[in-house]
Amino acid sequence: MRFNFKYIMLVALTVMVAACKKDTKEAPKASFKGRLVYNGTPINVEQNQVPVELYQSGFGKRGAIVGNVTQDGAFSFLLFDGDYKLIIPGVQGPFRWNQTGATRDSMSVNISGDKTMDLEVTPYYLINDVQYTVNGRAVTAAFSVNKIITDANARDIERVTLYVNKTQFVSSNGDENVANNGIAGSAVTGAVNLTATVPTLTPTQGYVFARIGLKIAGVDDMIYSPLQKITL
Amino acid sequence: MKKILIMSISAVLLITASCKDNNYLDIEPRDVVPTDKMFSDPALVLSVVADLYQRQLDFSSLDNGWASFADFSEAFPSENGSSFFVQRTSWGWGEWGTWDYGYIRDINLFIERATASTLKEEDKKIFIAEGRFLRAAYYFELVKRMGGVPLITKSLTYEGDALSLQTPRSKESEVYDFIISELEAIKSDLPALVNIKSRATRAAALAMESRAALYAASIAKYGAQRTPNVTLPGDEVGIPATMANAYYQKALAAAEAIISGEAGAYSLYRANSIDLSDNFAAIFTDKSDANKESIFIEDFKVGTNKVHSFTVNNQPYSRSEEGADAGRLNPSLNIVQAFEKLDNTYAPIPTVNASGDPIYYTNQQDIFAGRDARLAGTVMLPGSVFKGAAIDVRAGYQNAAGDFISTGTLPGSSTPAVGLDGPADGLEFRTQTGFYIRKYLDPVTGSGRRGRRSDVPFIRYRYAEVLLNASEAAFELGDKGKALGYINQVRNRAGLTTPLNDLTFDRIVHERRVELVFEGHTLFDMKRWRLAHIVWDGANMTVADLKSDIGSATKHNTQPFSLWPYLYQNPGSPNHNKWMFREVKLGRVTGANRFQSGNYYSQINDDILSRNPKIVKQPNQ
Repeated sequence: MRFNFKYIMLVALTVMVAACKKDTKEAPKASFKGRLVYNGTPINVEQNQVPVELYQSGFGKRGAIVGNVTQDGAFSFLLFDGDYKLIIPGVQGPFRWNQTGATRDSMSVNISGDKTMDLEVTPYYLINDVQYTVNGRAVTAAFSVNKIITDANARDIERVTLYVNKTQFVSSNGDENVANNGIAGSAVTGAVNLTATVPTLTPTQGYVFARIGLKIAGVDDMIYSPLQKITL
Repeated sequence: MKKILIMSISAVLLITASCKDNNYLDIEPRDVVPTDKMFSDPALVLSVVADLYQRQLDFSSLDNGWASFADFSEAFPSENGSSFFVQRTSWGWGEWGTWDYGYIRDINLFIERATASTLKEEDKKIFIAEGRFLRAAYYFELVKRMGGVPLITKSLTYEGDALSLQTPRSKESEVYDFIISELEAIKSDLPALVNIKSRATRAAALAMESRAALYAASIAKYGAQRTPNVTLPGDEVGIPATMANAYYQKALAAAEAIISGEAGAYSLYRANSIDLSDNFAAIFTDKSDANKESIFIEDFKVGTNKVHSFTVNNQPYSRSEEGADAGRLNPSLNIVQAFEKLDNTYAPIPTVNASGDPIYYTNQQDIFAGRDARLAGTVMLPGSVFKGAAIDVRAGYQNAAGDFISTGTLPGSSTPAVGLDGPADGLEFRTQTGFYIRKYLDPVTGSGRRGRRSDVPFIRYRYAEVLLNASEAAFELGDKGKALGYINQVRNRAGLTTPLNDLTFDRIVHERRVELVFEGHTLFDMKRWRLAHIVWDGANMTVADLKSDIGSATKHNTQPFSLWPYLYQNPGSPNHNKWMFREVKLGRVTGANRFQSGNYYSQINDDILSRNPKIVKQPNQ
């Protein structure tokens, strides 16, 4: 008997096509989105630094589905329908969330189909009324700092810094700013002015992005003002 | 028919004969030694304990490769595949973690079997003490990295009930207490012999006790001051500040027990009084009995498979015995300039004068003149001699117009502008910072060959650290006079003959940094002083940052810098053929070290947490 490759190929292809259908599991489809907000104002943080964890029980091992919050305070997941517990762990984030004492409580989230839900948090501070002015390559920011948590859980400001970067990712992180200038928290009273001089950028670009970051004593994550594009 | 009869008879005979021998299936295996045999002969027990020694965990060590020395901006990795060290902007939560309860179980079994064995009492005593020593050592590694962990001190047996085997985390202080009490208990069982270095001795136990107590004390004191957020409600992480003094006293007492000679006549290594740098470098290469400084080492031996590639990986490129397999670990300018001047003052490496003009030096090494002898003992400076010839470090030349040129040849000669050893940005396997490592580098011919490799030991505990432990503990207890006495001994050996008159916390931090750099202390020292998040704050550095505040404990140190030598070429000038230097931040250095609160204790992974729900998570993660 002679091999007939046509038939072999045909059989193989049929098997493969059929197999694909059988093996592949359904991908999670329900999207779960939201933002971290305080009275409707999104909380600006550093990208990939504030985690949101989801736990689903009943599947043996314990482990979180971790999503990181973007610069402007948004998060998103693709999930299967079901019941989840949501937590922002530890002292992550420049805010208090769902807690009375030092530790945080989780909250229940039911997913059936797409869902959008903002998480209400209470930041220690907010940066308000930011105005940028440009003089040559010097970027000046004028703003005020608003203390939100004033009770026993209040924390001091460690420092306030103006960060300027050539891309939209602006933070205290070393490779996310090209210029910065800050003052210690003790010097922050009333209206604050900070000026940072942008160095020569290669390749040349006629614009930069700026944010103001506020470091709270004893909290790693800083709270930022909204991103602003500035034309030099 | 007859045939069948014979066959049946012989078959029956065979079966009955084989049945008789009841032990037929019970022959002892020839390739496994049963436990009771193993523990009947001290020579066999030694091979068990040797395996336990071999499995010790070190943060930096010579057999887990050069890269374990490379982080924290004290060095630059000159291997392009390892650039992540200088490009990452944070450490993962799981970084530096360990959770090897298999090892602890093996040690527990060893202790139990040795206790139950029929060995002679004196052998038994030492073996048990060694087991407990190694267990304390591993718990110390665990508590440094993970905080309080479940304390398992006997082998666990599963009898159908997993719940009873789930042990919660102990308090961090309880683990330290366990380590200290274990070492206290076994120290008198261990030999007080200076010449035993790779097995547990009384001094090794005391040195570990002093270091552990010091760590606990500083976590108690500085944790409360600087990182009150790095704690757990059950004290699994964090030690109450009130316990600090008691720990400092224990650290001091244990260190002083060694200093007083109770555990053998240890002393600082001073074999070479003419060249103090060579003397310092020799501490790490001298394995003879003359070395009374090293207390507990990981030993190696050429000709066996217990050798390491540190010299192969890090030898100067121009002196390499293995071609391009060289030059990976390059100490940074950050650590080089931290070595103070002989008058006990700090100063940056002087590249420019007060008015900002470059300073020209006749010899390459003149720029480092008048500094702590440990500098040249730790770091191979440009022009240093290794294996019979000077290394060739030259970034290029500067012409009369002031341009820096790194291409072609030197004017009027056929010598390439860049030295054989570099530095050139991105040119791997030779120095890119201008410096090579000297600590642990084996001067023996052949040590740089892959076929032979090196047997320089890794020193886990040495006398100088014991003195520094004593000094720090005495300082924290308010006894400055005593503290000065100890720290000045270490400084005197390094050529800093003018004794310090006053001691500050910053001085202690600095002294440990320069004396013990590349010995696996940097991370844990910074962690226990709770300085890590201040020093590695994630902000970029400029040359001005680099050169300011040297000697300050809180000076940030996030990116490694280079110091590139250039030959000045201008025949009309008096500075012709002299050297000038430039600080350079290499192109690959794009990240900045950022240590966050969650990095103080490594993550306990989800697998462990789901197997034992009694274990609480680390803070800030």
